[in-house]
Parts: sequence; structure tokens; C-alpha cells
Amino acid sequence: MTVQEIANALALEVAAGAAQLGRDVTGGYASDLLSCVMAGAQAGNAWVTLQAHLNVVAVAALLDLACVIITEGAHPDSDSIARANEEGVPILLTEESTFTVVGKLHQLGVRGSE
Amino acid sequence: MSSAGNQVTRVQELVYELKIEQVMTKNVITVTPDCTIRDLKELMRVKRLSGVPVVVQGDLIGIVSLENLIEALEHGELSSTVGEKMTTQVQALRSDDTVVHAVNLFARFGYGRFPVVNEEGKLVGILTKGDIVRGLLRQMEVQWHAEEIHRYRASHIFEDIESDQTGLILRYAVEGQNLEHGGEAASKIKRALERLGAHPRVVRRVAVGAYEAETNIIIHSVGGEIIAEVRPDRLKVTAIDNGPGIADIEQAIEPGFSTAPDWIRELGFGAGMGLTNIKACADEMKLESQVGVGTRLEMFFKLQ
Repeated sequence: MTVQEIANALALEVAAGAAQLGRDVTGGYASDLLSCVMAGAQAGNAWVTLQAHLNVVAVAALLDLACVIITEGAHPDSDSIARANEEGVPILLTEESTFTVVGKLHQLGVRGSE
Repeated sequence: MSSAGNQVTRVQELVYELKIEQVMTKNVITVTPDCTIRDLKELMRVKRLSGVPVVVQGDLIGIVSLENLIEALEHGELSSTVGEKMTTQVQALRSDDTVVHAVNLFARFGYGRFPVVNEEGKLVGILTKGDIVRGLLRQMEVQWHAEEIHRYRASHIFEDIESDQTGLILRYAVEGQNLEHGGEAASKIKRALERLGAHPRVVRRVAVGAYEAETNIIIHSVGGEIIAEVRPDRLKVTAIDNGPGIADIEQAIEPGFSTAPDWIRELGFGAGMGLTNIKACADEMKLESQVGVGTRLEMFFKLQ
């Protein structure tokens, strides 16, 4: 399932990284603690978090994640968006909670990496 | 990280990456619905088949298995047709799906093989568990050769320059208390290693280790430096800061222990897992600190 397909299915707003929406999603990870993501997320995963700051983009790029889904209506600032476009990291936005988004991803067949 | 562990994870990744059309058998033996049970029996005996897809002009319309055959033979129905005995509810795989879909179907149903169709429903292949295993092994062999090429490219820079020992030193200044440049040094080290042709698995571990070390400098100190020393056989990443230093190193290394202030925790930092992650990623880690002076963290990564 590609990032674009997930964005369509969950009605997510594409805030950055539009050129990389065709990428395949290998699984998912949800956490708002960056070190946990560093340890647990796998390359190609979709990361679900309510954190919207610059370091989220840095982590996503370092781990080669497929996309970041930012929940609870949080909005990345223009620096973060610029960095995300530079690094090629799709940033998708939603008003819904992390819990709801993860549930929907699970229904679509996206699984955790453990 | 043992190489056996690497192999297992690589297989798991491949299961999600490989498409069914890359591993399936393409020359499928098929029968038409008007083929007799007698002829089917000979076909399955000579070709050692346990199941045969039934097609009409390329379209998959059913499947006839050994079970169907035995049942027909028990009732002496040698002249019946395949069309009368076949199963029409066929579980088929799509050629453009990934292998993991096949693995799931094998787990759900007890069948030994699945026919594979394309988007138009035409039969394009057949897939057994053996095909999956063969396909994975073949792919891993291809990747092993690609690995050799990576290593060759990485060592090339060291071969072309004559010396008793050649190394590459990359230095990055890290500003303290400013998260705006968070992860930049780690990102540059990662890109440098990729260009030098280091193996993707090592690159990821170095990236995580460097990121955590860099973040620690930013969050907990007045500033410092990250130094990456690349030698053909190993990489050493040193993170040095100019204070305030760690009073109790044993405590600092404990998973979950953090001295991060609240405003940092609100951003998702301060889980207390930084040093733990570094220890897990690096082949070796050394941590020294003096209160009032600074901290020195060394991470070693084998490159071959």
C-alpha cells in the first residue's frame, strides 16, 4: 500500500513531500517519544505522532521512513515543511487522534514491525 | 548484531518487498474442463502434480486437486470430465501482490499451491511454498553480490591513496541548547557513509547512534562536537561536549533515566533511552565525564 493510498483512504492533508507519495509503506509505528522511534521504527514505516517540530522530520529522514502522519490537528511550521520537502519526507496531517489513525491503518492492513 | 540475525530480518523484509510474479512458476500445466479424469490421472502421475488449474482461453475458472481425482477414481468415474469434478471457488493470488499475501494465504488455507492471476483474471503462474523459498534464496544471493560491490567501493578510496594507514575524519560543530539544527550532523554522517558505499545496515546503526549522541549534546550541554573517523575496517564516532558533565555515569546509562527539563520532554525527547539506543547500535561504547569539564562518548562500528 502506498503513502498516496493511505492519504486517500484516511483523508489526510499532504503538507510536504508530495513527490514521494508513491512509496510503499512497509508497516507502521506510533510513538511521541523520539528515542523510541529511533529504536523501533523500520525503514519504510509510516510514523504516527502528534509531534510536529523540526526534529520529527530529522528522525524520519534518518530512519528512511515512508511518511509521518501528524495527528490531533498539530501543524508543522514552515521550517519543518521546507526541511521535509528537502529530505523527501511526506508529511500528512489529520485532525483525528493517534488512536483513531492507528486503528484505521490497522484496518487497511498496515502492521507493526514486531 | 549476528549475521544470522541479519539474514532473518532480511528474509522478513524481502517477504514484503518481493512481488509474487518474481517468485512464481510461469510455465503452468493446465487442463480444460472437458479433459477426462482418465487423462487427468495420467497427467498428474507423469508430471507429479498435486493440483491443476482449469482454464478456458486463458481465464482461470477452477482448480482440480489430487483429492478431487481420488474421489472420482473411488467411484470409478474415469470418463467424467474435469469440469464435473473441479472446485470452482478458487483461492487465487494476484501477480502484482507481494509475497506476504501468499504467506498469509498459505497460513489461512491448507492448500499446497495457489494459482496466480493478473489484473484481468488471466492465469499467469502458480505458486508453491517451495517457490517462495527458492525466490527468497535467489534474491538474497543477488543482494549478497551487491554487498560485495558496496564494500569494494568503500575500500577503493583507501586503496588509491598510499600510506601505512589511511583514514577520513569528519568533524561537525554542535550548538548547545538549540534544537533547530537537531540531527544535522547525524544526517551528514549518514550521507557520507552512503557515498563511501557502507552497508545500509551499518549506516542505519551509525545514523541512530550519531543522532542520539548529537541530541544529548544539544539537550544537556553548552555545546560540543561530533567527530567521525572512517577507516577501511571500522568507524569511530566521538561526541564531545564542554559541560556541565555527568555526575553519575551508571545512573545516566540506565534505560529510562533522564535529566531532560520539561520543555524538552514536551517535544518528545527525554525518554531516557538515548544512551541505551547507542549501546544497542554500536559494537562498542565508551563514556567518560567530568563534572564542570565535559563529557566524551565514543562509539565503534565494524565496517566489514
